[in-house]
Amino acid sequence: MIDRHIGFVHALRETGLPVSLAEGLDAAHALRHIDLADRETLRAAYAATLVKRPQHREGFDVLFDLWFPSTTQGPRKHRGEDPEDLRDELAELLNGDPAELRAFAQAMVERFGQVQAGPGRQSWFSYPVMRALSPQTLIARLLGERGGLPEKVARRRIATNIAAFEAEVATDVRRRIAEEQGRERITRSAVRPPIDRRDFLRVTKAELAEMRREIHPLARRLATRLSMKHKKGDRGRLDFRRTVRASLQSGGVPLTTHLKPRRPHKPELVVVTDASDSVSGFAQFTLLLTFALREQFTKVRAFAFVDTVDEITKYFAPGADVLDAITRMTTEADISRFGRTDYGHVLRTFEERHADALTPKTSLLILGDARSNYQQPNTETLKRLTGKVRHAYWLNPEPRDQWDTGDSVASGYAAIIPMYECRNVRQLAAFIEETDVGG
Amino acid sequence: MTWFASPSEAVTRLRQTGYLSDDAIATSVFLAGVLEKPLLAEGPAGVGKTQLAKAIAEATGADLVRLQCYEGLDEARALYEWNYKKQLLRIQADDDAWDDIFAEEFLLERPLLKAIRSERPTVLLIDETDKADVEVEGLLLEILSDFQITIPELGTITATRRPFVVLTSNATRELSEALKRRCLYLHLDYPTPERERDIVLAQVPGIAETVAEQLARTAATLRALELKKSPSIAETVDWAHTLLALGREVLDEQTVAETLGVVLKHHSDQQRAAKELGLR
Repeated sequence: MIDRHIGFVHALRETGLPVSLAEGLDAAHALRHIDLADRETLRAAYAATLVKRPQHREGFDVLFDLWFPSTTQGPRKHRGEDPEDLRDELAELLNGDPAELRAFAQAMVERFGQVQAGPGRQSWFSYPVMRALSPQTLIARLLGERGGLPEKVARRRIATNIAAFEAEVATDVRRRIAEEQGRERITRSAVRPPIDRRDFLRVTKAELAEMRREIHPLARRLATRLSMKHKKGDRGRLDFRRTVRASLQSGGVPLTTHLKPRRPHKPELVVVTDASDSVSGFAQFTLLLTFALREQFTKVRAFAFVDTVDEITKYFAPGADVLDAITRMTTEADISRFGRTDYGHVLRTFEERHADALTPKTSLLILGDARSNYQQPNTETLKRLTGKVRHAYWLNPEPRDQWDTGDSVASGYAAIIPMYECRNVRQLAAFIEETDVGG
Repeated sequence: MTWFASPSEAVTRLRQTGYLSDDAIATSVFLAGVLEKPLLAEGPAGVGKTQLAKAIAEATGADLVRLQCYEGLDEARALYEWNYKKQLLRIQADDDAWDDIFAEEFLLERPLLKAIRSERPTVLLIDETDKADVEVEGLLLEILSDFQITIPELGTITATRRPFVVLTSNATRELSEALKRRCLYLHLDYPTPERERDIVLAQVPGIAETVAEQLARTAATLRALELKKSPSIAETVDWAHTLLALGREVLDEQTVAETLGVVLKHHSDQQRAAKELGLR
């Protein structure tokens, strides 16, 4: 058990979970008190002592299943060998008991999961299982009532159960690979980085939705952080009236002094974002974040561009639905002429049409990959624009070592305006906390 | 003292107070008891974090001491304070009193000191820790790792009986690593539809099981939409009360449309839900 415990803790560290020595000891202490045979209790005990961030939970569960695999009940009886019969059985199980579903998933991996991976080498995969059973096509059959609310509710329940089945299959595939090739080999490939470290430029649609859900907590967190920063040294001048008034309680001796609160500084924010397809995931995310931060700023104005620039503030009115806003932005706003990003032209048009947006109180934020399709970069214009504002920053969603490759003119711009690498939610949060965008 | 004998006992005793737990909750609560470590419960608003602390206190017959955190909370409100007005009067009344104005009788006890000094079993609830300033976390470190408080004029006060500490947080900011390291961590999320159904049934006597089931499933569907504010457990329970008061036996589309305001409190959320669910 000790060996396994230590191996598990090491594997967690290897995949980026910060487990301190003390936490490892806590977990070992916890093991003394619980029933080790009960797998879910063991999982909960490890989770309580080692996993201190919800983003790490997914990776933890994958590793836990590898290190403490569930016992397989011997071969399970199915009603038929024909894939159609198996599909029927799956359809029933999707409404049934989770433990049965797990056993079924294991049996199906046994049956369909093994595929030739290379010459003379067999390995396990989940996709042949999914192809043989195609659970997604069962949805139509399982939906009882059609239309409106009941359908939505039923659809969601079935989708959850199918996801659970897919997860069981994936777990069992990993378990089998680990059995044949050793746990250490699969550890690194099995765990995806937590959501806040995933690359904006490479997110899938589902991940983007997941990130969007992170937005409001993140915005709230950043907003608290910004307002806290404002509060630091938040003591204005002596409030004479309140001090004297309070001194009456202590016989005229001013024991406590009262100070006037500082007037809060309300900054203005101008965001200019690249809305071309190459950076769309990033642009969506930052736009949503900008508008979630609206309450903190007196004025937020947003502009989007591909090869020409237009103001998009009006689509993001408070209370507007964010997804609608993005659709309307892409269809209605005048941001694209030929559909190829042209930073030089964009900067020029911005200066011509919207220069009034920039004042000495403004923080200017440019979001884009600085890939200008070999057009004139127009650095002089950017110099003039940054000279007009209080702060100016450029966030680039590309990794730093790809700057200046191909048609990127990143360092040309970076000489004028501080440019930050911003590839994931974590870096974005770090940027806002470290710099004084709000100040 | 032992707080709970085993995770399954924790489940039963929490259930007796009306709090329905699950594997993760019961194990964390049990471990926090045997390891004598604080339990940090983090999660969105309205999933029963504060309620958990209350349920633990009730299940074990312990006193509940609550420290509500807010911006600007300081030592004087969290730990202790000298009653300087009383001290002033004492000095004015008796010129020789200079030595004994830092005595027990001038000490104003605040929640943390109270929990440490208590002779009876105590559950200390530090609510919404993330709302307090970062400095307060530093203050908590000594208390949470050694269960002692140092008062310069009196010396160090060590707990005779370690309180069961529950910290809650909405994650509006990341708590410091040092604090998290000292705690057991419990991430509370919205419950599964099955558990939520049971909660509704336990909290709203008289509601039909089918309605409770429908409510829980609909709430789960609403939470899957991208809303500004997802319905909390408390709001689902309110919804059940509303249906009961209206005398509705089924949760059909019309009923949902009429009572959506009970669970969704933003206009844009209501519009979005109505559109996505096909309500009129």
